[in-house]
Amino acid sequence: MSETQQDRGVTIAADRLVKRFGAFTAVDDVSFEARRGEIMGFLGPNGAGKSTLIRILCGLLRPSGGRAEVAGLDVARNPERVREKIGYMSQKFSLYADLSVMENLRFFGGVYRVTGARLAERIKFAIEMAGLGGREDALVATLSGGWKQRLALGCAVLHQPAILFLDEPTSGVEPTSRRRFWDLIYALSADGVTVLITTHYMDEAEYCNRIALINQGRLIALGSPGELKRSAIKGNLFLVDCDDPGALLAALQTAPDVSDVAPFGPSLHLLLDRAEADIPRIEQFLAARGLGWTAIEPISPTLEDVFVQLVKRTSPVEAEP
Amino acid sequence: MRARRVRAIAWKEFLQVWRDPRSLMIALLMPFIQIMLLGYGVSVDIKHIPTCTFDREDSQRSEALLKRFQASEYFRIVEVESNYAGVTEALDYGRCKLAIVLPATFSQRLTDVGRSEVQAILDATDDNTANVALGYAQSVVAGFSADVELRQSARRGSPLQNTPLALEPRVWFNEDLNSRNFIVPGIVAMVLALVGAQLTSLTIAREWERGTMEVLISTPVTPSELMIGKVLPYFAIGLLDAAFCISLAVFWFEVPFRGTLATLLFTTSLYLVVVLGIGYLISVLIRSQIGASAIALLATLLPTMLLSGYTFPIDQMPWPVQAITYLVPSRYYVTIVKAVFLKGAGLAQLAVPISLLAVYAAVIAFLAARAFHKRLS
Repeated sequence: MSETQQDRGVTIAADRLVKRFGAFTAVDDVSFEARRGEIMGFLGPNGAGKSTLIRILCGLLRPSGGRAEVAGLDVARNPERVREKIGYMSQKFSLYADLSVMENLRFFGGVYRVTGARLAERIKFAIEMAGLGGREDALVATLSGGWKQRLALGCAVLHQPAILFLDEPTSGVEPTSRRRFWDLIYALSADGVTVLITTHYMDEAEYCNRIALINQGRLIALGSPGELKRSAIKGNLFLVDCDDPGALLAALQTAPDVSDVAPFGPSLHLLLDRAEADIPRIEQFLAARGLGWTAIEPISPTLEDVFVQLVKRTSPVEAEP
Repeated sequence: MRARRVRAIAWKEFLQVWRDPRSLMIALLMPFIQIMLLGYGVSVDIKHIPTCTFDREDSQRSEALLKRFQASEYFRIVEVESNYAGVTEALDYGRCKLAIVLPATFSQRLTDVGRSEVQAILDATDDNTANVALGYAQSVVAGFSADVELRQSARRGSPLQNTPLALEPRVWFNEDLNSRNFIVPGIVAMVLALVGAQLTSLTIAREWERGTMEVLISTPVTPSELMIGKVLPYFAIGLLDAAFCISLAVFWFEVPFRGTLATLLFTTSLYLVVVLGIGYLISVLIRSQIGASAIALLATLLPTMLLSGYTFPIDQMPWPVQAITYLVPSRYYVTIVKAVFLKGAGLAQLAVPISLLAVYAAVIAFLAARAFHKRLS
């Protein structure tokens, strides 16, 4: 990591990372930087390569090409020194279910060599953070999902790492627990911890400072949620409510002035080059074909719209039927 | 190497064994079951061989010979037959292993010709028992025959005071030739092979199966800290099991213990390093608990039973099999533990097997430490 990178507070730097498993390329030429205290989200469908990327950065997988620097250290050359500075929560729940809350915390304290008064203070912090006061002696197997997840986070930050890697930490956890988890992540980030988190929940991605969109191993866009929406959506977005979205979808794909149409739940998202002027022509077009609709109204784009647009743009062959 | 990390791993591992009924059973109950089963069940002493007799003469002399069989603790006369069909049936149905048949001319020929035949029919489906029974039968007949000779020479007026040659046996180390005395010490080797390798074979595989390994290898723990931390609790359990088996051997089975506890502790520790190392190595290589435990059983218990000299004497094996036994660590330990128990051997007399066991321990520990990599896939 260069002097200038460190001056800018860069704590993670990936430089053209590649990971191949046989003929399959899981991570394809990915470069990015994350700064101190930043919450960076990796968003993409299952199998896009998000977990592989995190595992490379933690030194759990050796990259087929490229370089990764974490906390100013080359991961491939100094894996153990990197590991002292990072915390990691894997996708699968990874605490010892047959040990109690306290025993798990003490174990990770021992492994990270946190001792004495500092250990007592960190354990107190982790138990408060997880809301596990009074349950210190409960076996982890008996805890519900939200508690387990917060305890896993507590174990991962017991040694006060500068960088935290969270691989789909909120999957399978109920919404209220997810909100609470994000509050903890914000608090850590405010303390200067760099958080790299993967998710496939679009709404969660909105909480991140910056988002890296990953599809088929490639980084297809990187920016804040607002930046991504502004740059990826060219035109105006409308929601079309109707009874027969299938028929409308097919018709609108051939309509003039439509730059894109995509199904979105029970309705359609329609992208037009110009806003108000186009709407009457679209209504005429649909009426001429005997197709009905309930409402066509302007909406602001979500990250899912951004993702759909960017995936279509980067892999045109797949986008055309 | 950081003691703090080794301690954290060892304590965690201990708690997991303590809370896992399956592991606890292997650690505490198995040794007891094994030593009781083998201590009572396996005995190669052959006594009270079920025997039937068919005396076709029914004379005083023929009866005198059969009385000698009856008096011997090696035979138990279960049936007295009156025809060959009865003899055949008794052997066919397994009611006896040996039939002694005396001809109708037994005493007459002894008087006239000076010799007679005695027929012994053996059930050799178990060739070892048959051989031993034959040996005992021959010695009973030889004793009778010697007496007959003495009396005949006395009658001829040239009294022989004694038979010309007599063997005066002195059996060392296991004076009463009790097979339990050499089987029971060997059980320690069996128990440690079973318990040690079984428990450690699960330890790494379990972390992979439960998904805890991924986070464990993301921490700064080094492979050797992990190995030592994980093996330590099993080393303690192994020593405990060894102490338990040795106490039962000495106080329950009353096997003589002539060596020193220090020699036994040192050699047992060395052997434990080997079996625990083998179990750990298997656990690193096979990432499933069932697979690892099956392979550990094949790799340790079977060779210990068959190739260590514990049940089958090595010097009676064909040479290629003998060559293989040098690769079986229990071979050295069985030799050591029997010698410590029965001969009171010390480190000096056991220098060769101890050195070989130490080399074995070093190689296994080296391989086990090198086999584990902190990477996925």
